[in-house]
Amino acid sequence: MNIDSIVNGVVIDHISAGKAMKLYELLGLEKLDCSVAIIKNVHSNRMGKKDIIKIDADVPVDFDLIGYVDPDCTINIIKNEKLIEKKTISLPEELHNVIFCKNPRCITSVERGLEHVFKLTDKKNKIYRCIYCETKAEQVL
Amino acid sequence: MRHLIDILDLSKEEIDELCETATDIINDPDKYNEVCKHKILATLFFEPSTRTRLSFESAMLSLGGEVLGFSEAQSSSAAKGESVADTVRTVSCYSDIIAMRHPKEGAPFVASRVAEVPIINAGDGGHNHPTQTLTDLLTIHREKGRFDDLTIGVCGDLKFGRTVHSLIAAMSRYKNIKFVLISPDELKLPSYVKKDIMQKNGMEYYETRDLLEKMGELDILYMTRVQRERFFNEEDYLRLKDSYILTLDKLETAKKDLTIMHPLPRVNEIATEVDTDPRARYFAQVRNGRYIRMALILKLLKEAENEH
Repeated sequence: MNIDSIVNGVVIDHISAGKAMKLYELLGLEKLDCSVAIIKNVHSNRMGKKDIIKIDADVPVDFDLIGYVDPDCTINIIKNEKLIEKKTISLPEELHNVIFCKNPRCITSVERGLEHVFKLTDKKNKIYRCIYCETKAEQVL
Repeated sequence: MRHLIDILDLSKEEIDELCETATDIINDPDKYNEVCKHKILATLFFEPSTRTRLSFESAMLSLGGEVLGFSEAQSSSAAKGESVADTVRTVSCYSDIIAMRHPKEGAPFVASRVAEVPIINAGDGGHNHPTQTLTDLLTIHREKGRFDDLTIGVCGDLKFGRTVHSLIAAMSRYKNIKFVLISPDELKLPSYVKKDIMQKNGMEYYETRDLLEKMGELDILYMTRVQRERFFNEEDYLRLKDSYILTLDKLETAKKDLTIMHPLPRVNEIATEVDTDPRARYFAQVRNGRYIRMALILKLLKEAENEH
């Protein structure tokens, strides 16, 4: 299977197999004008199977969101067909407007213009809590 | 700017300092009756709570200060749709310190991020109520003279009862504290409190449905009300509200120096016959609420002044 190489753009690599579609949705990539390739179940020596997303344009991507969904991803920035930067992702300490508090008793449910902020309170179990009401975030995946 | 949003915002040393100031106020109230002259406390109560509001107002008036505010959202600009942040920015211009109660969890924290004066959380829904916990701590301090080596029974609504969760969090910093958790199955202490606070801090606890089972071991018995407003379903409330009623009979096996506490108001979980037992300290606890709030207002105002 051939996917054209990218001139300028972003490659999200080492996505855990099965998570690419969710990441595609959460990053809002369907709104982009450029070509976006989702490659699923690619053979990987390290992971067995992995997914890859290739974005054929130099667009900003939300590293916090990617780190929250899949902290083992790597992000490659391509310029003039060359890899100019390879970023490893980790679980972000804070998430701003990435996930939203679902507690109906939380102030975020009524206060206008209030950012939804979650803090990583348990790294091992990947638990985030709302900074206002301390409600645990539901797992995205 | 220093605020009090969560009881754990205060260090153990600061809690000791507040208890010492409160004790000094109790011993020599005249010394303090003008220390907040020309200072204004705003009480912003977006939901009614007569007891807490009056205790704050009484505290400020006893310090020689003035009070202003509202006692329900309908009489504030919140009824016109104003945000918490805007209300607090405005009231910051009219007052030196704000005590705020709000039905939404985290509202006082939002206030603290925009306020130009200290914010005291006077209760945010079922979340935090740190001045109630300070009241409880002062009562323990005065009745027992220590915060270590205590067996504390907490009885009633342990699921929704924020005072219990905050008390457990506050006591988790002291040595050799054992909790006896007495509740019906439906109102048991949430597992996250057991896991994140009790197990994490190596606290010993024992769960039982029987109020009498460990009565003889308790140094403190903390009774709570089964709160109607925390239920979504009236049937569940009616079925559970009378689960645990403390009577003089039930105190037969209790220690002579047991301290019976209750955040009040009570419905019928403590029979009125218990009120005259010297171990019943819940009205002394109410009085302590005024003194510890006086100490807190003084501390936060002093720190705010030093910042300027």
